[in-house]
Amino acid sequence: MYLYDELDRTLVAERVGEFRDQVARRLSGELTEDEFKPLRLMNGVYLQLHAYMLRISIPYGTLSSEQLRMLAHVARRYDRGYGHFTTRQNIQFHWIKLEELPEAMADLASVGMHGMQTSGNNVRNITTDQWAGVATDEIEDPRVWAEVIRQHVTLHPEFSFMPRKFKIAVGASAHDRAALRIHDMALRLHRNGAGEAGFEVMVGGGLGRTPFLAKTIKPFLPQRDVLSYVEAVLRTYNQFGRRDNAWKARIKILVHDLGVEAFAKEVEAEWQSMKDGALALDPAVFAEIAARFRYPAYERLEDGPPALAQARRADRRFDSWMGNAVANHKVPGYAIVTLSLKPQGGTPGDATAEQMHAIADLAERYSHGEIRVGHEQNLVLPHVAQRDLAALWRALDGLGLATPNVGLVSDIIACPGLDYCSLANTRSIPVAQEIASRFRNLDVARDLGRLHINISGCINACGHHHVGHIGILGVEKNDEEFYQITIGGRADEDARLGALIGPAVRYAEVADVVEDIVAAYLELRERPQETFPQVVQRTGIEPFKERVYAAR
Amino acid sequence: MPLVKRGRIVADPYVRVVDDAPVADDVAVILPAARFLADAAELAQRATPTGVLWPNDRRVADLAPWLDRLALVALAFPSFRDGRAYSQARQLRERYGFGGELRATGDVLRDQFLFFIRAGFDSLEVRKDADAAAFAEAVGRYSVFYQPSADGRASTARQRLLSRPERNTAETAQAARSAAAFADSN
Amino acid sequence: MTSPLQQKLKITGPVVVTANRLSDGAVVYRRVDGDWATALADATVTTSAAVAQELLAAAKSDRLRAVDPYVAPVKVAADGRVHPGNLRESIRSAGPTIELPATG
Repeated sequence: MYLYDELDRTLVAERVGEFRDQVARRLSGELTEDEFKPLRLMNGVYLQLHAYMLRISIPYGTLSSEQLRMLAHVARRYDRGYGHFTTRQNIQFHWIKLEELPEAMADLASVGMHGMQTSGNNVRNITTDQWAGVATDEIEDPRVWAEVIRQHVTLHPEFSFMPRKFKIAVGASAHDRAALRIHDMALRLHRNGAGEAGFEVMVGGGLGRTPFLAKTIKPFLPQRDVLSYVEAVLRTYNQFGRRDNAWKARIKILVHDLGVEAFAKEVEAEWQSMKDGALALDPAVFAEIAARFRYPAYERLEDGPPALAQARRADRRFDSWMGNAVANHKVPGYAIVTLSLKPQGGTPGDATAEQMHAIADLAERYSHGEIRVGHEQNLVLPHVAQRDLAALWRALDGLGLATPNVGLVSDIIACPGLDYCSLANTRSIPVAQEIASRFRNLDVARDLGRLHINISGCINACGHHHVGHIGILGVEKNDEEFYQITIGGRADEDARLGALIGPAVRYAEVADVVEDIVAAYLELRERPQETFPQVVQRTGIEPFKERVYAAR
Repeated sequence: MPLVKRGRIVADPYVRVVDDAPVADDVAVILPAARFLADAAELAQRATPTGVLWPNDRRVADLAPWLDRLALVALAFPSFRDGRAYSQARQLRERYGFGGELRATGDVLRDQFLFFIRAGFDSLEVRKDADAAAFAEAVGRYSVFYQPSADGRASTARQRLLSRPERNTAETAQAARSAAAFADSN
Repeated sequence: MTSPLQQKLKITGPVVVTANRLSDGAVVYRRVDGDWATALADATVTTSAAVAQELLAAAKSDRLRAVDPYVAPVKVAADGRVHPGNLRESIRSAGPTIELPATG
């Protein structure tokens, strides 16, 4: 993972100082709320239903044990003992006091953490694959590029007051685990015919009121041009994105209105004027950043140690977890472990301070001190030796972090919803809990296979419902909670937006509807390995629609 | 509205010409864009400094032919949340090489001072007196900047290269490998 | 449940004026004596548009203590007890409807 140098640390400390001053000027009345609001948003500070919410940036979802312990400290000292991991690889605390924020931020700064640009009309956290650096199918570690870009866009004087937010994702494998195409800009590392590594640049994705998938505007961009090209895209957006209507202000609207080709031409013209200037990436500059990425000193280990197979035979629950939550690692003898934050009865994506501490300790012991946050709101230990898996599992099991439901029906992705969020129309957490409860039988869940349910409490779509296999969107009708259901969405390299199956249903009916949809899938699938999205692609939504609405 | 230039509150030598008001020969003036363009050839030959107030929703390319004869370009921030003029400023400086005075007008507030300076503005029509008085403090808040920019301060990239700390062998080897891989691909 | 901050002021029943406390974001309710209460039971309830308007105006000018005040509906039961007027206000008043993670 990336180690801050003196310059990085100084910047964060200076930011804390600036924010401390801004808070003081707000509390004294020198700044009005109108003037203060964008400033606090630029530090990730929202005002929600019950309290302020602090969103802390976890760049490309990578955390050290030390940093995770600090998050546990913030949870205990400044919040109510827990935090929530988000669909953008960040963490949120929901009970923050404004007057304590400067202290909390100073504490976070001591381990290189901050809330810079986790909100506001600027470039947000640059996300990537939670298996970056250890996946078997990537061409290089996308996080290094995410860091190069992160530095460039942090407190960028030109791009701090754009029409709206701007979200970037970076990937480096053909199989997309970072939901690239729902981002304002996605950069996919790949090799061209000559074997050179470069970026496919896609622009104009985004969910919300008018969802779009990103379109390719440059199939192959040499690596040395990445900063100048990103700059050209941002500048084009900053100048021509709409500012008259917040619902039409994202770059996806600009790309749609201009057309992809016209948009690409505009960017190209801007880019040509700057591509060989100061932003052309000097290999030495790149090397400086790359050198501060620390990788573990992996041991020389064999795949499949005999003790592991024995342990699997001896314990059915361990075996089931192995089959679900453990993935292949690019280094022999190692494994990638996913910690499900979706236990029965829990809130999707939440972890207590105690759990965070325990995970930090386990990471130190078993994962070279590193943890990842996935956009599916689960955590990952990326460097676990296979010989340690049994011991790790026992510890995780004791902490409630070993539910073998990763990627299954009860691994639900949900925004905080109306229980916390002032933007929400409806609640989402209790809906997720009820659905998960209906599918608590793990044999049933396993039989259903990979099935992503995404729930958003409002059209802002923080739960990414548009790309859920089953998507659930909360809407308000006559002061009552109603939910629209979509099916057939996908967030991977075959990204698709889900299709609405019919009129919105009441809060009390949502779990029944999901059961009906699942029942229809079981009847329609031609063999157990045919996944839910594959069936929907084959049959269309009609059979599901009929099943759900026949009796309603 | 105090005018801050080079860190100090100064008197404004320019007169803002509104709409069709007559343009005096012997004063420095800032003209509305449409007014200037309608008569650009003549106005560009004025003996006293000429400036143009350019709207934030029009390409600066339209003004480019006249830049070498303009002493000042004023750009507009109708709301501090509308950041289009930051892009215009950078284009004027970096693409078109404008060397005259670049002035920020409109909702110019203290918490954006550093952004203005780094985008290339050298004078600010500051909305609040208290903000103008706090200029030095506001722009002194940061010593680290990731991006190369117009204010001459070294970016972190430059600083790191110039003052490379002693690195251990493993780091040096890793850096060399990364640089080689990168250079190979490019 | 859409943000009431964009509402036009129209009273069709009993209302309170509510906001978030600046210092810590806590839900607060305006009182006619100029104070803010943290419990709905202690709020000033009115069925008069004029009174609501005044409370709101006073709340808005109280910039150092409260943020984004607005008028929210309440229900008054037969026994005189005041209850939140919709789900959003219930959640603001009583907290999230779900069990918060155990912090033992």
